[in-house]
Amino acid sequence: MSLSKQDVKKAADLARIEVTDQEAGDALGPLEKVFVLIEEMQQLDTENVEPMAHAQDISTRLRDDIVTEKDQRETLQASAPAVEKGLFLVPKVID
Amino acid sequence: MEWEIVIGIETHVQLSTESKIFSGASTDFGAMPNAHACEVDLALPGVLPVLNKDAVEKAIRFGVATQATINQRSIFARKNYFYPDLPKGYQISQMEIPVVEGGTIKFHVAESEKTVNLTRAHLEEDAGKSLHEDFIDMSGIDLNRAGTPLLEIVSEPEMRSSDEAVEYAKTLHSLVRWIGICDGNMQEGNFRCDANVSVRRKGDKTLGTRREIKNLNSFKFLQQAIEYEARWQIEQIEDGLAIVQATVLFDPDSGETRLMRTKEDAHDYRYFPDPDLLPLVIDDDWLKTTRASLPELPKSKARRYQDDLELSGPDVASLVSSLEAATYFEATLNHFDVSGIKPAAKSIANWMNGELTASLNRSQKDFSQCPISPETLSVLIKRVLDNTLSTKLARLVFEELWSGDSTVDDIILKKGFKQMSDSGEIESFVSQVIEQHPQQVADFKAGKEKALNSLVGQVMKLTKGKANPTQVNEILKSKLS
Repeated sequence: MSLSKQDVKKAADLARIEVTDQEAGDALGPLEKVFVLIEEMQQLDTENVEPMAHAQDISTRLRDDIVTEKDQRETLQASAPAVEKGLFLVPKVID
Repeated sequence: MEWEIVIGIETHVQLSTESKIFSGASTDFGAMPNAHACEVDLALPGVLPVLNKDAVEKAIRFGVATQATINQRSIFARKNYFYPDLPKGYQISQMEIPVVEGGTIKFHVAESEKTVNLTRAHLEEDAGKSLHEDFIDMSGIDLNRAGTPLLEIVSEPEMRSSDEAVEYAKTLHSLVRWIGICDGNMQEGNFRCDANVSVRRKGDKTLGTRREIKNLNSFKFLQQAIEYEARWQIEQIEDGLAIVQATVLFDPDSGETRLMRTKEDAHDYRYFPDPDLLPLVIDDDWLKTTRASLPELPKSKARRYQDDLELSGPDVASLVSSLEAATYFEATLNHFDVSGIKPAAKSIANWMNGELTASLNRSQKDFSQCPISPETLSVLIKRVLDNTLSTKLARLVFEELWSGDSTVDDIILKKGFKQMSDSGEIESFVSQVIEQHPQQVADFKAGKEKALNSLVGQVMKLTKGKANPTQVNEILKSKLS
């Protein structure tokens, strides 16, 4: 499949990456190569292969339901750009 | 033109764990902002999620209770979107293989039984909260709720009225509390419904275009929102307009739904398996022990109460409305012999659904916190059944029991509540009343049956409620005939 500049811009937008027209054009070439690679992989016969959700064929570890974390608000908010009344402040968002 | 409403419901059930689904931070409600937000919840660099075993256990309990399929191997996925109360930039959820698939919820609407099939139930984490009001040009972010475990339960679009939708939601609400997986506090957002609503002409086979009403946190709002939305859609179509797939919000003040976003600007979530989490595997032993640990379900109890104890439908419905009520009922019933079990059961149901529920509601308690123990209630009922107490006196004893820690028999003794059963004593009161109320006596003799009630009332008044009204009735009738 061939990729358009518009596709690159859409992907960048979804990932909140700002790209100029020039950058979107520049990214086309390298990204096309990824698609070529995918096309190559799709030619493999995977008819009888179970899809894996993870590269390692093991299952997840579970933890017991115990509260192990203490209130560290002050430490954790020390690096925040803006804090008030214990809340993180961010530019106004209304959905 | 006859229209049919089609409703499917997605419910976010907050699982009642101590700690979060992927971190060891507390899930307690009402803490200072961000006091329960640890490094994992804040998505600081280098942190990794570790799954809470109890959240999985609770999902299994739900699957077992609804006769669903438990996927013994399920997968966590990232649902990608940007919002400040979601610090990672994605929510960990389940997409391709959820932990629970299928299952059914059964309930009654207007005497007929309805079965709604479930599509799936999957584990996911909740987001934080954004506060928009208190700051100029800024939003405040509280991440205490971020990472709280949720089970999202998705129904098939099989409900056909707002009544059915509400009954489905109530049944689900009662079930998740019954099996101990959710506290069910709707004010605190423990149980939130999204309703997918569409309309079509009766008889049509294809579904109409749906609109999704988000975040309904009360049964009343669920009902109002669906009714408004269905009416609105019908009017649109009758005016020749098409319904556009959209997400809407319900405004309780105006009683209307308003547009939030249409399909064009719907999120493109780009789900993919979360590389931070390996597949969740549930082995046979875990399934077996969880299955064995479930309490008897409301439906099965209801059937027993109806078949074995011959209780009425409404009585049974309220007794199995919560596990606490059913447990209290059975604990009380255990104090009676098998021979007199049916009248005892009816009596317990009457007390529980009457005085007890009223008093518990007044003091905002449930049956597990009832100040009157099942044993004490059983003694009170026995004193009525053996005619020591009239129903009226029993209510007075009940009030004493509620406010103090005395026993039934002590109260009867102390207050002189013992019912008069000596017919000679009652007869003298009856004679007195007949003498003092010649008019009523004449009325009764002239055929006015109601006059007798008034005379019985006078005798009861004179005996301060201690006479047995049935006995008074008989004596009066024999004296006046």
